[in-house]
Amino acid sequence: MPPDIAIPDVTTAAPKGAVVTGRTESPALAAIMPYLQSLPLWIVLAIFLAIPICMIVVASFWDDQATGMVPSFIWDNYRDALGEWVTWNTYLQTIRYAVIVWALTLGIGFTVAYVLAFHIRSSLWQMVLFQVCAIPFLTSNVIRMISWIPFLGRNGLANQFLMDLGITDHPLEFLLYSPFAVCLAFVHLYTLFMVVPIFNTMMRIDRALVEAARDAGAGPIEVMRHVIIPLSLPGISIGTIFVVTLVMGDFITVQMMSGGQSASVGLIIKNAMSLLQYPEASAQAVVLLLTVLLMVGSILRVIDIRKEL
Amino acid sequence: MEKSGPRHWALLAFFGLFVIFLYGPTSTIMILSFQGPDGGLTFPMRGVSMRWFANLFEAQMVGDFGGSLTRSLSLALVVMGLTVLISLSAGLAFRRKFFGATVLFYLTISSLIVPSILISLGIGLMFNEADIQPSWYTSALGAHLTWTLPFGVLIMFAVFNRFDHRLEEAARDLGASPWQSLRFVVLPLIAPSLVGVGLFGFSLSYDEFARTLLTAGSDNTLPLEIFAMTTNATTPVLYALGTLTTLFSLGIVVGVTVLALAMRRRARVA
Repeated sequence: MPPDIAIPDVTTAAPKGAVVTGRTESPALAAIMPYLQSLPLWIVLAIFLAIPICMIVVASFWDDQATGMVPSFIWDNYRDALGEWVTWNTYLQTIRYAVIVWALTLGIGFTVAYVLAFHIRSSLWQMVLFQVCAIPFLTSNVIRMISWIPFLGRNGLANQFLMDLGITDHPLEFLLYSPFAVCLAFVHLYTLFMVVPIFNTMMRIDRALVEAARDAGAGPIEVMRHVIIPLSLPGISIGTIFVVTLVMGDFITVQMMSGGQSASVGLIIKNAMSLLQYPEASAQAVVLLLTVLLMVGSILRVIDIRKEL
Repeated sequence: MEKSGPRHWALLAFFGLFVIFLYGPTSTIMILSFQGPDGGLTFPMRGVSMRWFANLFEAQMVGDFGGSLTRSLSLALVVMGLTVLISLSAGLAFRRKFFGATVLFYLTISSLIVPSILISLGIGLMFNEADIQPSWYTSALGAHLTWTLPFGVLIMFAVFNRFDHRLEEAARDLGASPWQSLRFVVLPLIAPSLVGVGLFGFSLSYDEFARTLLTAGSDNTLPLEIFAMTTNATTPVLYALGTLTTLFSLGIVVGVTVLALAMRRRARVA
């Protein structure tokens, strides 16, 4: 939020050198200042991000013995992980979730951001409605998942509604604890990650461009296709990165909403960790990390998001 | 854009449906948490009572509600403080070029992209190898910071990109030391954004689940406690807990937003 404050009129200030009471920063201090200022961030990210990831890579080559991990350099963990069709199947399932959820969140998120950016008149309402969309992000994911039980459960609202309409005469079991419920929960949780970046980019689109396109005879569809979508691409790609990485690494939504019937790569890793099979978990984690990086890398190749910051 | 006609109204209706989709389920469990004593996890309501809320405060009914709430709150407050300080400091650093700035920037972005399960696993491995017991105030604290700091730093990026540097030059011309210009010019102007960063840090940590599950050690935080309840609770006590903690989160969000708006107004008047 840009602070709109009146710029003090510098020209009427005392002429340079007249009263210099302030101490200026010594050049040496000025030179090391950024290093001191960035040091805390370096420390936290080194200890809790870089070292742990390196540990995972190292441990993925260790030997898993009954007594614990033994440092060594073997490929067995990768062979075990990738040699089983279950792993491949799980990857396919996880990627399928990622694709479905991505398509749904993109469709819904883009439309919502578009309404906010182009169809809400007053900027006050725009901000209020934006907050309305953003606030659930600050509440608990677990509770937002639990809250589907009264809707989708065996005696839930959805089943009662369907039975009242006579569409079905017995409660549908597949509503809760199914791939459908998993996708629904994902969309519920993560659409915001699409709305926020897309809205952000849309707000920066020069409205004159839209006017110009319409003056040149473009209809709503052409304006959308040739002006708004191309200019929203950076936001779309940031949202895509968020949603894809969140779904690819998820274990909790899949576990809770599928009732243990569906698997995900994250769940494999989590289960291996619970059994203290760290080397196997690590090998799976490295494969997952490479998959995610590959996906993010290919998105970034298509769209440069650096100018978004 | 055209602000009338069927297309406009259809879009607004879509937006309305989205808001219902967003809030509907949570509102439902709020209603159901007032179930009568004989009521179940789904509609219909069998009377109205405060029974399930009272249930929460009977120690043996739900695990360790008080303890987990205290832990979650303390952790969230520490994460909030550290997130504000570290993000502000890093934000100031990134205003100049320094060796390693690009690496640090990409490291920050990676922190956002690396799946949470990997952070959990890596930190677990590290503590395991160093022979330290994981706990909510060490390993889980670090795990939370890897999630809150990227948001904080990116917000600071956005803030300083839009900051009018002439204000600082003016302060310097008037004889302010670097510290004085930070203290009396920069900080008051960016204070509302810092409040926002703090809000993010607090809420993300207070509700964090995936990064806590495997790094919290033996004591549960609130989201872990709620998750444990989902597997064995068959009464609306689960909803009562969900309602309380959601209202608590919302209360913080609203309170802090009001605070930030007040600060912004004061900054504008000053």
